[in-house]
Amino acid sequence: MNMEAIENHQDFIKGRSVDGFPEIEPILEIQHLGKKFGDNRVLLDIDFKTYPRDVICIIGASGSGKSTLLRCINMLETPSSGLVLHRGKNIPATGAHTADYRSKVGMVFQQFNLFSNLTVLDNCMLGLRKILKLQKNEARARSIKYLMKVGMGPYINAKPHQLSGGQQQRVAIARALSMEPEVLLFDEPTSALDPEMVGEVLDVMRALAKEGLTMIIVTHEMAFARDVSTRTVFMDQGVIVEDERPEVLFTRPREERTKEFLTRFMAH
Amino acid sequence: MGPSTPQNSWEWILLFLDQYGSAFAKGAILTLQIAVISTLIGCIIGFVVGMIQTIELGKSDPLWKRITLKIVNILLAVYVEVFRGTPMMVQAMVVYYGSDALFGLNLNPILAGYIVVSVNTGAYMAETVRGGIMSVSSGQIEAAKALGFRHTATMVNIILPQALLNILPQIGNNLIINIKDTSVLNVIACSELFFTTKSVTGTYWRFFEPFLIACVIYLFMTFTLSRLLRLLEKKLQGPRSYQLVTDFMDDTYGNGSAVIDLKKGLERRR
Repeated sequence: MNMEAIENHQDFIKGRSVDGFPEIEPILEIQHLGKKFGDNRVLLDIDFKTYPRDVICIIGASGSGKSTLLRCINMLETPSSGLVLHRGKNIPATGAHTADYRSKVGMVFQQFNLFSNLTVLDNCMLGLRKILKLQKNEARARSIKYLMKVGMGPYINAKPHQLSGGQQQRVAIARALSMEPEVLLFDEPTSALDPEMVGEVLDVMRALAKEGLTMIIVTHEMAFARDVSTRTVFMDQGVIVEDERPEVLFTRPREERTKEFLTRFMAH
Repeated sequence: MGPSTPQNSWEWILLFLDQYGSAFAKGAILTLQIAVISTLIGCIIGFVVGMIQTIELGKSDPLWKRITLKIVNILLAVYVEVFRGTPMMVQAMVVYYGSDALFGLNLNPILAGYIVVSVNTGAYMAETVRGGIMSVSSGQIEAAKALGFRHTATMVNIILPQALLNILPQIGNNLIINIKDTSVLNVIACSELFFTTKSVTGTYWRFFEPFLIACVIYLFMTFTLSRLLRLLEKKLQGPRSYQLVTDFMDDTYGNGSAVIDLKKGLERRR
């Protein structure tokens, strides 16, 4: 990789017009975001942009602030300072505007968080009916479409507790996809899974990346991050240390801290 | 029945049933009505109070909202403590005679009964509902928020249905208790089953047999209702197993493309 290409990519990340690419509007832009829990500063001055079709993997040690960052992006945590901009508009911490914004930014949780009293189909349909106000038939057809996409079509009548972890997580992905979000956030989607179920969930995510879905993924799956992401972000102690293309970050990291983390991680 | 005096308890029972069967039935029906309706009203009170008590306001909310909520919460806490902390029999006296002494209202004893049992149940249910709401995991709330649900919609669509399912056994418990405890309303001459039974004893000055009959009627009502509630619980929990669905052609696409996708998906997984 030559230096020019890297610089071009840096420009691309910053949203400047490069090589005939027109300037693209970022879907999400995070400016000087900080988060404190009491006196504990978890995030410090985070700047970060997400463009359409980005697949961003956020990696880093436990406690580096990556999950908190993800949760601040859709306001599940209220940032202590800084701004979250969605298509250039500032998102407040609560209220109707926030709820409307959240309906456009999907989230997949580590613990799946399927609605335990509802069937698989109703889990997907609830948001479509109540938030997007779709007709029943339309909501049903759309839910089934996305459940099939994740290979869970046959299970529409099952309750979450009747499914394996991997199946539950795939339903959770279908539930988020049914809303047809502009960005989909994943908070360590495979960390709570038994090892033999990690593959099926990663396969689904890989397919989504290939289709061009914009995703931000907090993960410990390094191979996945390297193969699938368009940008990999390394976080340490509440700051973004490096924001690079994966082929650069994983082979020739610029920063000492990134090198250290990767060496430690690969050694395990 | 012959005109001769009964020789044993069994004959007494038959005599009481013959002469006062419809009085027992009326008393039992009133007991059942007060217990069921008051439990329902109590549940509604409990849900409203429990919901208010679980509202969390942050620093970002306006001051007047926080102050109002604080005052309302104090009043609700007083309500819960007073009605849980005093006997229902005493509450019945205070409401029935108090409404006359303080407001000049001549309450019908039956209406007073409905009020006392409802408000009393509400105080117990408030705590139960609060517990039921808190027992719903925070992940469920976050998932709803992440889909774009606001606070009230999250409550109505996600949390309350789950809380209701969690506290259904407790609601059943309250209903059973209310069937039995309406008997305290006899102190304000509310003609429920206990009061009726007591009245019946006066004619022949026999106590054992009428109360044995009342005992059986109470047991019949509580046992039947507790079984019915079990059935309801089961029904709300839904079937234990599920059916796999492999044919969506009827209700989704109509062109079979979905089914082909599905078959591919299944083959890949094999």
